[in-house]
Amino acid sequence: MAVEIKTTSVEPLRETFSNVAERLGGDKPASRYQEATYDLQPTTNFHYHPLWDADRELYDQRRTKIVMADWYTLLDPRQYYYGAYTITRSRQQETMEKNLKFVEERGLLSSLPDAERERLVYALVPLRHEEWGANTNNCYITAFGWGTALTQATMFATMDRLGLAQYLGRFGLLLDGNTGESLDRAKQLWLEDPAWQGLRQLVEKLFVTKDWFELFVAQNLVLDGLLHPLVFERFEFQFSRRNGPTLSLLVDFMTQWFAETSRWVDAVIKRVVEESPTNAEQLAAWIADWRQQVNVALTSYAEAIFGAEEGAVQLAEVGEAFAKRLAKLGLKAGAQ
Amino acid sequence: MNTVATAVSARAKKLSQRRKYELLTRGLGWDTTYQPMDKAFPFDTFEGIKIHDWDKWEDPFRLTMDAYWKYQGEKERKLYAIIDAFQQNNGQFNVSDARYINTLKLFLTGISMAEYASHHGFALAGRNLRGVSARIACQMQAIDELRHAQTQVHTISQYNKFFNGMHNPAYMHDRVWYLSVPKSYFEDAMTAGPFEYITAISFSFEYVLTNLLFMPFMSGAAFNGDMATVTFGFSAQSDESRHMTLGLEVVKFLLEQDPGNVPIVQKWLDKWFWRGYRLLTLVAMMMDYMLPRRVMSWAEGWEEYFEKNGGALFNDLARYGIRMPKYHDVARKEKTRLSHEAWGIFYNYTHAANFHTWVPEPKEMDWLSQKYPDTFDKLYRPRLEYWREQQKAGKRFYNKTLPLLCQVCQIPMGFTEPDDPTKICYRETEYKGDKYHFCSDGCKDIFNDEPEKYVRSWLPVHQIYQGNCFRPGTDPTAPGFEPLKEVLQYYGFHDGMDNGEFLDSPDRYNWEKWTSKSAVAGDRP
Repeated sequence: MAVEIKTTSVEPLRETFSNVAERLGGDKPASRYQEATYDLQPTTNFHYHPLWDADRELYDQRRTKIVMADWYTLLDPRQYYYGAYTITRSRQQETMEKNLKFVEERGLLSSLPDAERERLVYALVPLRHEEWGANTNNCYITAFGWGTALTQATMFATMDRLGLAQYLGRFGLLLDGNTGESLDRAKQLWLEDPAWQGLRQLVEKLFVTKDWFELFVAQNLVLDGLLHPLVFERFEFQFSRRNGPTLSLLVDFMTQWFAETSRWVDAVIKRVVEESPTNAEQLAAWIADWRQQVNVALTSYAEAIFGAEEGAVQLAEVGEAFAKRLAKLGLKAGAQ
Repeated sequence: MNTVATAVSARAKKLSQRRKYELLTRGLGWDTTYQPMDKAFPFDTFEGIKIHDWDKWEDPFRLTMDAYWKYQGEKERKLYAIIDAFQQNNGQFNVSDARYINTLKLFLTGISMAEYASHHGFALAGRNLRGVSARIACQMQAIDELRHAQTQVHTISQYNKFFNGMHNPAYMHDRVWYLSVPKSYFEDAMTAGPFEYITAISFSFEYVLTNLLFMPFMSGAAFNGDMATVTFGFSAQSDESRHMTLGLEVVKFLLEQDPGNVPIVQKWLDKWFWRGYRLLTLVAMMMDYMLPRRVMSWAEGWEEYFEKNGGALFNDLARYGIRMPKYHDVARKEKTRLSHEAWGIFYNYTHAANFHTWVPEPKEMDWLSQKYPDTFDKLYRPRLEYWREQQKAGKRFYNKTLPLLCQVCQIPMGFTEPDDPTKICYRETEYKGDKYHFCSDGCKDIFNDEPEKYVRSWLPVHQIYQGNCFRPGTDPTAPGFEPLKEVLQYYGFHDGMDNGEFLDSPDRYNWEKWTSKSAVAGDRP
């Protein structure tokens, strides 16, 4: 039986905020993402000059070579505002926590042969420093970028990368029985091991890259686009084939995170390419430059974790997949 | 090479939360060697603050990201469930009366946009400081502040559908004259270095003064039946307590690192106490005049939260060589006048503000007499009663002349001499041949310390006179040109709806039509 609930109805004066209505082409109901995103960042009438950048305004579009008529076209296909973002991640961390517990309780990592455990410490744990670098770089973009559509997503990415760094640290603790020795060893590898130095040198170069959109390209598109598949797909696949699916369970968070985040990165890049030929050329130049640098940085690392010959093959295959991804975004492949 | 691997055969040690946090967080950073550290972190030395050991930074909350996602995700699920229910049940009509909505206009266009500014400032500090723990603390606050801005927009979104004055908050924040008070406050902090920023916002604002912002708005919401805002308040409370703890940690850390830091920090505490106190003027008038059901008076709030709590805090800090901020005695003298002087200013200029003003109802005036026995009846009641008479005679007073603004706090020069409540306080200084005006010795000192910074204040009144507050294409020489109307267009106002006297407003008319309740019913002060 249907019960009709009687309610008094009052016609609202408006459905959404004026700025949102203007963007939607009329006053109509807007999503939470739209109301929380559009035009939130100040754009004009700035007081004072930054003591740390006296020639520019506090928020200033001139901090990148990329030119957009409207930076709010760089929307996030995931439609993440703070609430949607944290609710999604809280579900994912719940699964991750179960996986970590499963592995710990059954001693799945500690029962691996010593050599295999050592391989994991070597290949994965130092990456926590690279992820901390990615945190630093996304925080830079949040701090110096323009437009809430992009900078809120990089804020979320900033925290994601801290989360990834901490999960990699958790792997270390699973491997060393909570002594922290693997973390010390990983730090030493990061600072001194020859095969890791290319990557560290690259990350440090990103720390001094001034153009924030170039940094977005170098970190979130190129470095992530080559490094994450190399480690969390290919190394994981090879390792699991030999040792069973423990590592697959542990990197499930990373794999899902990468697929989800790539959707956002791709949407941003695609839109910037479409904006103008000048942007497209600038992006192509940056991608070519950074691809070459990332390849150099990853060569000795790939060789160390896969073996000399296999490392080169794996890196080349990752590069081919990356070239296809770029082509879909309307970009030339850039240097191999 | 196998030391790590063999160690595992023994059963895994149980880790304390503290140790686990340290292991997962502290060692993440490193001293760069392929690039100089000062190039990777170029902005954390120019202020003169010396840090010898970043590891001395205590992490009071030790939140790893997985725990952060878990707690915050849970809070968001609850908050949005209540916002949904509030919207479905037209909760906006359950508030004490329609005047209350004006506090939300002030909140959304003033505070929520300031939360966004705070988000940005912490993102800057979260990149620019070289210590790992300090940066993580700043980054967490950066994302929290984004949360506050966005959840406030979502909470107030329902009110925007039914009431005027809050339909374009960010746009107004960049333009409307009095919103330059919060805007310039945060921009002042962000354009400084990262240490001054966190001292200003984490300590002076969050730790010392935040109760005076948070309590009036959130308790005000509770007292006035605003379920949506009070739910946001409860939800944000645990974030706020983290932020306050960070504030104290920041200052103790700076003071302990190097004796040379003490005078720098003291100077910042002086400056940011006064900046923050002047900003709270808006809250003072909201507490005493805008809440139909009042929580406590501004004077009571100031005594409780600053004179008592703040006094104890600065006693604690005395061992570092820190004293009470300069001019705290002036704030004490002003506490029985501040809200009345501020409401007077806004009553004068409400035609150019995005919220309404009114003369308090007789019972409300009695409440003010009782809370301010030494000042209200003598100094302010006669003026309010005169305004009421004028209004009844059809001559509601609007001040058509633009006011002189203080160069630093940007509030119209309506404050009185610390020792004479009948005389307007004027201070001035000359810099490079130009004269600059101030509302107080506090603001004047701030200017004199960094004149190059403050000559660049974007003062709304100056900007109007210079012709910078008209929409593009406006011709001020055209016949029939009305500057005020044009400025309101530039502000994005719907003239006659967003601004002016409450009793003449569509908000009042709609409220009475929709609810069949009086729009000035909050008679339980």
